[in-house]
Amino acid sequence: MEGFIALYIFMLAAVTGYEIISKVPVILHTPLMSGSNFVHGIVLVGAMVAMGHAESTAQTVIGFIAVLLAAGNAVGGYVVTERMLEMFKPSEKKEGDK
Amino acid sequence: MEDFDLLNFVIQATYFIAALLFILGLKQMGSPMTARRGIVWAGVGMVMATLITYFHHEINHNYIWMTIAIGIGGAIAYVSGKKVAMTDMPQMIALYNGMGGGAAAAIAAVILLKQDEMPMTIQALAVIGAMIGTVAFSGSLVAYAKLQGLMRGVIRFPMQQFFNALVFVVALTIGLAIILNGTEYSMTLLAVFFVLALAFGVMVTVPIGGADMPVVISLFNALTGLAVGFEGYVLSNPAMMIAGIVVGSAGTLLTQLMAKAMNRPISNVLFSNFGDADGGEAEAVNGSMKEIDATDVAVMMAFAEKVVIIPGYGMAVAQAQHKVWEMTKQLQERGATVKFAIHPVAGRMPGHMNVLLAEAGVPYDIIYDLDEINEEFPTTDVVLVIGANDVVNPAARTDPNSPIYGMPILNADYAKNVIVVKRGKGTGFSGIENHLFFADNTRMLYGDGQDVANDLVTSLKEL
Repeated sequence: MEGFIALYIFMLAAVTGYEIISKVPVILHTPLMSGSNFVHGIVLVGAMVAMGHAESTAQTVIGFIAVLLAAGNAVGGYVVTERMLEMFKPSEKKEGDK
Repeated sequence: MEDFDLLNFVIQATYFIAALLFILGLKQMGSPMTARRGIVWAGVGMVMATLITYFHHEINHNYIWMTIAIGIGGAIAYVSGKKVAMTDMPQMIALYNGMGGGAAAAIAAVILLKQDEMPMTIQALAVIGAMIGTVAFSGSLVAYAKLQGLMRGVIRFPMQQFFNALVFVVALTIGLAIILNGTEYSMTLLAVFFVLALAFGVMVTVPIGGADMPVVISLFNALTGLAVGFEGYVLSNPAMMIAGIVVGSAGTLLTQLMAKAMNRPISNVLFSNFGDADGGEAEAVNGSMKEIDATDVAVMMAFAEKVVIIPGYGMAVAQAQHKVWEMTKQLQERGATVKFAIHPVAGRMPGHMNVLLAEAGVPYDIIYDLDEINEEFPTTDVVLVIGANDVVNPAARTDPNSPIYGMPILNADYAKNVIVVKRGKGTGFSGIENHLFFADNTRMLYGDGQDVANDLVTSLKEL
């Protein structure tokens, strides 16, 4: 990828990340950290590519570890974030009250 | 012009949508009303990106092993994620984050093992990403071990920061050598590079105490994002670049917000030792602690108009939040206004206590944070402090020699009556004497949080 285009992507992504978080109430800090932890689980995609064109046994083994760890990051991150967020409820008893 | 590659177009389009879903998902996670939907959107993006990657043109074998790895990693994480208690959430996030960092580092390892010819910028980002990912990996594992209680205490020795810096500089130098040597670096050098990066992650985390750990976990979270973004560039994968850098930047801001909430600049967290002798002796405390029993507290609260409950991590450890909520409902039925006041660092990290209260069924709109509630204490009849300590210590306002001086606190001491529920007479987590406990309007209610809450519920019923 052309260097400057990559730099633009990095710059815009950084600004986006900053803007997204800047107005978040403290009560959501923990779920949000967990949610952003889930989002970098996208590393799974890279791990799959790395393993998919591994050439030696060593590369394949490390690629396998990469995929395994990345899947753990993605799945675990999703499960705990969803568990936390589904508990947040306002006072008024709305539909779906247990 | 090349032939139009439909498959590649579909793959790139899917990555694009996934990246968009991540950003929109994170945005929605910023408000309690839409947060749940946000994580689902991001989840959809993740599943789409993962499935389409099976058709990626650079993947030509290992499909079965790949699927097995996803199965194993996913299953372990799914089971552990479903089982983990809400109180243990911070270390679980640390663990999953460490896995992500490790994955980014392993990707870099695979690439660097190939010793393919590549432009220097790409090689440089591969190496830097490897370093950051590895540090996030080993550091997160230490953070996990510490919060999980697998590793007790903090390990400190003289010249520690010098050694840490030395390891860092050596690792960086080796990394630079790898970058500059193109394809001519030895495998041993590469191995040493990774080992040193692993060691640095451990060394930098080991001296940090449990109270500061959330800030560190958040920092490692940001670092993992950065590593993922860099490896995304190496693999020419815009979805990884965008998701990684968004998290890297959001995580950095989140780390700053947390550090600010705790009144601990990040540099202090990383490079100084909490409570180390700086300045004079802390002020001696005047007065004595006055005991009260549960029945009297129940009476006091039953006739109060406004009660503020200040929960701390101790309440969660005692699993008392359900009983506390039951008590709250009793008080509400008697016509009292009950509010929960949450200090940003109540629990193990900012927002953690909100999660624990939400788990017990406490609606989020009677939970207030520091800025919202501090003005209300003078008009509050009873403040019930349960399992919290430093966050209500007025020494943070009055005693410049106190290690916590300057930290924003909940001004519980301004209330008409303060009840402190506490296990014993010790000084607690940070070892700092709490002036609030000795105040004239404070009464101490000794006992385990769960038992005390139970007694209060029973006493209130009998009234």
